[in-house]
Amino acid sequence: MSKVHVTTTINGDEVEFLAEPRQSLLEVLRDEVKLTGTKEGCNDGNCGACSVVFDGTLVASCCVLGVEAEGKTVETVEGMASPEALHPLQKAFLEETGMQCGICTPGFLISSKELLKAKPNPSEEEIRFWLANNLCRCTGYDKIVKAVQKAAAVMEEA
Amino acid sequence: MHSFDFATPTSVSDAVAILAKEGSNARLLAGGTDLLIGMRVGRATPGLVVDIKQIPEFKQYTLDGNGLQLGAAVTCRTLYEDASVVETYPALIESARIIGGMQTQGRASIGGNLCNAAPSGDSIPTLIVLGAVAKIIGSGGERDLAAEDVCVAPGRTSLAENELVLSINIPAPAANSGACFQRFIPRNEMDIAIASVASSVVLSADGSTFESARIALGAVGPTPIFAKEAGDLLAGKPATEASIQAAADAAEAAATPINDMRGTIEQRNHLINVLTKRTLREAVARAKG
Repeated sequence: MSKVHVTTTINGDEVEFLAEPRQSLLEVLRDEVKLTGTKEGCNDGNCGACSVVFDGTLVASCCVLGVEAEGKTVETVEGMASPEALHPLQKAFLEETGMQCGICTPGFLISSKELLKAKPNPSEEEIRFWLANNLCRCTGYDKIVKAVQKAAAVMEEA
Repeated sequence: MHSFDFATPTSVSDAVAILAKEGSNARLLAGGTDLLIGMRVGRATPGLVVDIKQIPEFKQYTLDGNGLQLGAAVTCRTLYEDASVVETYPALIESARIIGGMQTQGRASIGGNLCNAAPSGDSIPTLIVLGAVAKIIGSGGERDLAAEDVCVAPGRTSLAENELVLSINIPAPAANSGACFQRFIPRNEMDIAIASVASSVVLSADGSTFESARIALGAVGPTPIFAKEAGDLLAGKPATEASIQAAADAAEAAATPINDMRGTIEQRNHLINVLTKRTLREAVARAKG
C-alpha cells in the first residue's frame, strides 16, 4: 500500500505530507505534521479530544482519513492564538479554570470556537448541547461552560 | 487499522465501475463515522476504500415541489442548518439532530445511516414513514428501493455488491400531514436508542379523521421495523386518543426486541407503546398546523 502525497492547508499554511490511507487525520496531524496540540482520547469518535475544523466543519479528526485532507483546509488549536495574544476562549479557560489535566482542552477550545461562530451568544443549554461530543473527566463541565460564557461576553464586546 | 488502498472517483460511472471490479473488497466512504470505527476494531477489512465525496451528485440536494432529493453523502448538519428543510421535514430533522454529537453530525449522512443498517439507526424509521425511496445505481442500471426494503439484517442491506445508494428521495408532504420521530435514551444526547418510533399521518381536511398513517420502529428487531398494520388500522378512524392507543398496541405487537446491555424486552415493548402514542399525537398536531 503506497503512501499518498497530500497537499492541504493547516491553520492557513500550505502543508504537504505523505500518508498511508489507513492513517487518520489525527495520526497525520500528530505523527507526520508534528502538530501535537490535537489530542487522542478514545480514537472512537466519542470523546472529542481530537476535534478540529475540517473543510469548514467541526469534526473528530480520528474519524477522518488523512488522505481526505487533499485540497482542504484544517484548523487546529495551534491556530487559535495570535502571536500577540491568546484567543478569548483560551484566556477564559485559564481564568475560569476550565481545565485540569488538559487532555480534553484543545478539543473543547476548537468546539467552543465553532459554537461561538455559529451562535455568538449561546444559552447554557446550547453550550452544553453543542459540547456534548466533548468529554471531560476532571472539571464536571461547569467551569468549562462558565469559561465559554465569559469568552462569549468578551467577544461580543470586542 | 489494517492497510488498504484509497480511491477518489469523480463521477458516478467511475464509482460504479470500481464497485463492479472490486465487489466486496471495496467499501464506500461517505462521512466515515461508522466505517472508520469499524475498520479500527477489525469489523470491516476492505482492501479498497472509495471516497464518494468528490462526486457532485452525492453531495447535492434539492428541495422543491417534488420533495427532497437528497444526495447520499449530504451531512446531517447540512440538513438541519437549512431552514426550508427544517420547516418541511421536522421528523427528518429530529433524526438528523441526534445522530451522535456535533462532530459526528458534520460528517455523517442520512445515506450512510441507512446503508449502515443498524437496528437503531436514527434516521431509518423516519425515512420509512416519510415514504422515502433510495435511488440505487449499479453496473446493471438504476432501480428504486423503498426505505423499508433496504435493511435485511444488522449491518446488512439488500443492495448487491456492485450497487450503491446515489440519493434518497422523500416525497413532498401531503396536505394535512404531519410526522414525528422520538427515541428513548438514558442520557440527554449522544447515545444509541433503546427504542425509537417514527410516525406520519394524513388527516381529513377538517382534522377529525385519519386518512392514512405509517409507523416504524427502531432498536426492537434485527432491522428497523415498518409496522404497516399498526399504521393501516388508523385509516378511516377518528383522530382520537382511543385510535392512537389501538395503533400503539399494534406497534408494540410488531416489535421483536431482545434483552441486551441497553435494555430489556419488557422495557422496549413498553417504550414502543409510549413512543408510538407520543409521536402520533405530535404528528397529528403538526398535521393540524
